[in-house]
Amino acid sequence: MSILDYLLRRPKRTATVAKDRLQIILAREHSDRDGPDFLPQMKRDLLEVVAKYVNIDLDQVQVNLDRDGECDILELNIMLPEAEAMAKQAAAR
Amino acid sequence: MAKVIVVTSGKGGVGKTTTSASVASGLAQRGKKTVVIDFDIGLRNLDLILGCERRVVYDFVNVIQKEASLKQALIRDKHCDTLSILPASQTRDKEALTREGVGEVLEELKQTFDYIVCDSPAGIERGAVMALYYADEALVVTNPEVSSVRDSDRILGILSAKSKRAEEGQETPIKEHLLVTRYSPKRASLGEMLSITDVQELLGIPLVGVIPESESVLQASNAGVPVIHDQTSPSGQAYQDVVARLLGESRPMRFLEEEKKGFLSRLFGT
Repeated sequence: MSILDYLLRRPKRTATVAKDRLQIILAREHSDRDGPDFLPQMKRDLLEVVAKYVNIDLDQVQVNLDRDGECDILELNIMLPEAEAMAKQAAAR
Repeated sequence: MAKVIVVTSGKGGVGKTTTSASVASGLAQRGKKTVVIDFDIGLRNLDLILGCERRVVYDFVNVIQKEASLKQALIRDKHCDTLSILPASQTRDKEALTREGVGEVLEELKQTFDYIVCDSPAGIERGAVMALYYADEALVVTNPEVSSVRDSDRILGILSAKSKRAEEGQETPIKEHLLVTRYSPKRASLGEMLSITDVQELLGIPLVGVIPESESVLQASNAGVPVIHDQTSPSGQAYQDVVARLLGESRPMRFLEEEKKGFLSRLFGT
């Protein structure tokens, strides 16, 4: 980065950051609100099944429902403890 | 036909009571028979903002439980004789607000008044849901700030799911209005505050007004005179515009730009 770039650099406007963050969180909350009623219970059931076999931390689990045209896509993203440890190791290297 | 307007926001401290007091006073000033009801059971404050705290004898819960008649509980405003106030109870708990009880009181009020303004408590619990349940229109009060915008969005969800109009599947849903309060055009232009366009895009409902951040709001509450009575204050003028728009007049939005200071006022710092 040249000195000129540094001098002309403007801090990122926080209002823009606020708007971006709100757009994401509101979209997520709307999808929860508009999703089927059974979704929260199904999420819990799915988590219970996974927890039966693997020791998981609830923070490491993400369940998203997205809509792609006519299709609803349920996305279950679970960070397994081993995988997490490996990822940390990889990052440390 | 009487109209029920709820003033709501989800988040506390954004200006619901200030707005309720000013909008109700403005409607009354224009000759509409208006009553404003405080739904914040246990945390009564509308009486203070309207300057009638020493005249409270009976309250909303007394009327619901038939310990007092409406006539006994309603307080006549000292500035406008077309405005009445129904204060909240300070001692009961909010469980006293039942759907039937509130419905009966509103029905009775509809016989005499043109406008019923419901000042909602913060939160999304019983008091807030009761305040919005019977509404025909909603004023969603929002500060240009992340938590307030998120909470307003949540309240919009509740308006469209838990209100009477929604539950009964009525053809016309509650008419929603966005009111942005504590707006600072200067900070928005510097990119330090969400702009009116940002808030409007995020919430997706029509804008009914913008109340600029102003010292006169605190002064008005200190004095117990709703800020709409202060014609010299930008906030008071902005509330006048809101009332006019609620009554169907079209008025250009004001106070969206930073006030340009003239040479002299800059020199003397006034």
